[in-house]
Amino acid sequence: MEAFLASTVSVAFHGVALGMILYVISVGLSVTMGLMGFANLAHGVFALAGGYILTTSISRFGVPFPLALVLAFVIVGAGSVVLERLLYSRLYNASDLEQVLFTIGLIFIAVAVARFIYGTLQQPVYLPDYLKGQFSLLGRDFPAYRVFIIVFSAVTVGLLWFSIERTRWGAMVRAAVDNRAMAQAVGINTRRLFTLTFALGSGLAGLGGGLGAEIIAIQPTYPFENLVYFLVVVAVGGLGSLRGPFVAALLIGIADTSCKYWLPQYGAFPIYVATIGILLWRPMGLFGRHA
Amino acid sequence: MSAHAGGYSADPRIRWIEWLPWVVALCAFFVLPEYLSLGARILIYILYALSLDLIVGYAGIVTLGHSAYFGLGAYVAGILAAKAGITDPLVQLVAAAAAGAALGITTGAIILRTKALTLLMLTLAITSVLLEIANKATDLTGGADGLSGVVIAPVLGLFKFDIFGKTAYLYCFVVLLLGWWLVRKVIYSPFGTALTGLRENTLRMHAIGAPVYWRLVLVYTVSATLAGIAGGLLTQTNQFVGLNVLSFESAGELLVMLILGGVGRLYGAFIGPLVYLIAQDMLAKQFPEYWYFGIGTMLVLVVMFARGGILGIVDGILVRLRRKT
Amino acid sequence: MNAMALALETRSLCKSFGALTVAEGINFRLESGARHALIGPNGAGKTTLVNMLTGVLAPSSGQVILCGEDVTKVAQAARVKRGLGRTFQINALFRRLPVLDNVALAVAERRGVAHRMLRSAHAHDEVRDESMELLATLGLTSEASQRVLDLPYGKQRLVEIAIALGLKPKVLLLDEPAAGVPSLESGRILEVLDNLPKDIAILIIEHDMDLVFRFARRITVLVQGEVLIEGGPEEIANDRRVHQVYLGEQRHV
Repeated sequence: MEAFLASTVSVAFHGVALGMILYVISVGLSVTMGLMGFANLAHGVFALAGGYILTTSISRFGVPFPLALVLAFVIVGAGSVVLERLLYSRLYNASDLEQVLFTIGLIFIAVAVARFIYGTLQQPVYLPDYLKGQFSLLGRDFPAYRVFIIVFSAVTVGLLWFSIERTRWGAMVRAAVDNRAMAQAVGINTRRLFTLTFALGSGLAGLGGGLGAEIIAIQPTYPFENLVYFLVVVAVGGLGSLRGPFVAALLIGIADTSCKYWLPQYGAFPIYVATIGILLWRPMGLFGRHA
Repeated sequence: MSAHAGGYSADPRIRWIEWLPWVVALCAFFVLPEYLSLGARILIYILYALSLDLIVGYAGIVTLGHSAYFGLGAYVAGILAAKAGITDPLVQLVAAAAAGAALGITTGAIILRTKALTLLMLTLAITSVLLEIANKATDLTGGADGLSGVVIAPVLGLFKFDIFGKTAYLYCFVVLLLGWWLVRKVIYSPFGTALTGLRENTLRMHAIGAPVYWRLVLVYTVSATLAGIAGGLLTQTNQFVGLNVLSFESAGELLVMLILGGVGRLYGAFIGPLVYLIAQDMLAKQFPEYWYFGIGTMLVLVVMFARGGILGIVDGILVRLRRKT
Repeated sequence: MNAMALALETRSLCKSFGALTVAEGINFRLESGARHALIGPNGAGKTTLVNMLTGVLAPSSGQVILCGEDVTKVAQAARVKRGLGRTFQINALFRRLPVLDNVALAVAERRGVAHRMLRSAHAHDEVRDESMELLATLGLTSEASQRVLDLPYGKQRLVEIAIALGLKPKVLLLDEPAAGVPSLESGRILEVLDNLPKDIAILIIEHDMDLVFRFARRITVLVQGEVLIEGGPEEIANDRRVHQVYLGEQRHV
């Protein structure tokens, strides 16, 4: 009984850590899709880039861990601005098919470039000493880094939610998600808003990718393999919503960890079936707004 | 002039130029005997692309999960051959078709109640489910190693599958011919025109009393059946089936082939796989990283500048030539 | 009044979106062969009413009765099959298809041949002939093989009507048929409206008062989701409340 309880707590803990990472990565996707109506399937590329930036700056350039996290956020965010201005913005009014094809093309390019530079193996993650080891809480030992992930993500998420609720930028985002034409009519510069929000969402993806490198391995096929997870978080949570994907990400993180621990012979099968079930019951997601 | 085939004004009789691909394919049989296995692969992917074009190009359903039906057909044919001792290729093919149809109608009925992202998401989820099953049910599917030991008896008891791939090529040729004939009939039929209407303006189709949902389920099922047949053919020609038939990369590749040739144009599904697979055969082995980079770049460029694919470019040139005369 | 003479009827039709009520207790009657106009200021709820009549929007309460049958729970496409046709305020056409195909799609649906897969569309002479006849009555014969998006807006508006007529509806709802049409081309639309079959019940939503008073034998005025008044053209034209609602409108006698 004791052992069962211990493993439940452990599974829940690791599930939450995974869920937090999934959310930090996917929240940008949710907001972008709600804001621009653009299905960016290549969102995983930003997470991958963040992961490579983090691991490379630590192992190749000896950058300290906190700075590497900042770099992952900033470089990916800035890079995404270039992509958005040059490419994405031309396709905001394109058909669904064209958007899907375009983003798949980006994935292919990114995967090829990653393979070329880094080869096909996973990137090793070098954690600073102060984040290694165990952390004691309520008489149990938890891996310190995972605790860090949860705390750091929670703080980031808190900052994000605060910005959306309280800042002017946040108000504009909420208005534009609700009714883009009306937002333009009242003078909101939607182009700049899109670019800024896209950069923030991509930067967060990069941050999440780097932060979660230990949990979701950094390798060239990352954007393909994890696409389903990011989309599930957004679809189940509800496009354009902030809270919805948070709940969805935690549910998926815990469900995935539980299944892989207790039912390893089924792999991720139960998650997909559950996703199908939820989306059929609520096509707009658990917290989605009607289209 | 509409570039799309079909409609009430369109003459459905087969134009002479439409026989060209078949003439070319038959010539290739005699003239290029060393390339017959590549040839068979091209024929199979043309059938697969045709099935996808029915739903993407004609009905306007954007899906990334078509490989579910292709993969199911491939595995059904393989499992029957390797595990159940059913070696007659036509029986295997019918089973693959039936499996595709069954999965197509059940999944179609479920997912076609949704649209856009939710639908796309569901197609991905369904393929993921199949991929997990194929991965884990190693006794049946061979898991990550794939299923070998696929035995194929002679077609109709007469035509043995030889090591040169001659029988395989002609076998695929005939199946493709039948599949093409069927797809062409559908496109030129009132149903095909209604599909185009669905794609162009779903709202209006509701407003003229069309049973939109059931039409979509029907075309989806037909498409899934054809994809299942194509998958079965692949297993039969390779005498092997692996997990890659269900992967997202291959689903992405099929979309690339289709967009390359031209979506919603009957012959885009012919040109796309032809160009893609030949180019892949020549280039990918030398420079595998560059290959995917090239494909990705091409895809981005096509979407931004040449949305009609190769056939679209050809159309543009023809229009310009006509203007000059 | 004989119930069967009513082509379309609503009973206490209401619609609310949360706390916002957009339609309140609407009792509307459309007789067979009617030439009825629905007018009201912007935001009065006219389009909402049409959407509830056609089945695009479900009412919060109340009933919609088509040719004596309760169709409140019946889906849009099924109502079309029972004889309800509509045009859209903003053209909902198959823009990249030729004009003929636009109409043929509706005709084929009505004739129940649209699902056929094995015989070519071209071979369906009955569909093509009927579509061409319909186009002829609207003066669109020479445009039959042109793509809709290549036509001027006024002609596109005619195609919009043609599609609805192809359904041989018993009840036809026209949502601002002359909207956005340059005055040069709107004459054609007026002609078409005048020549519509006498046995179809027609409800037209319009802002163009000239058209309304020329066309309608009965007018319903909708204000803020409620029927303000319903009556013949003179009654409406002289009603003080209607004048107040349309402040600044010219009198029509």
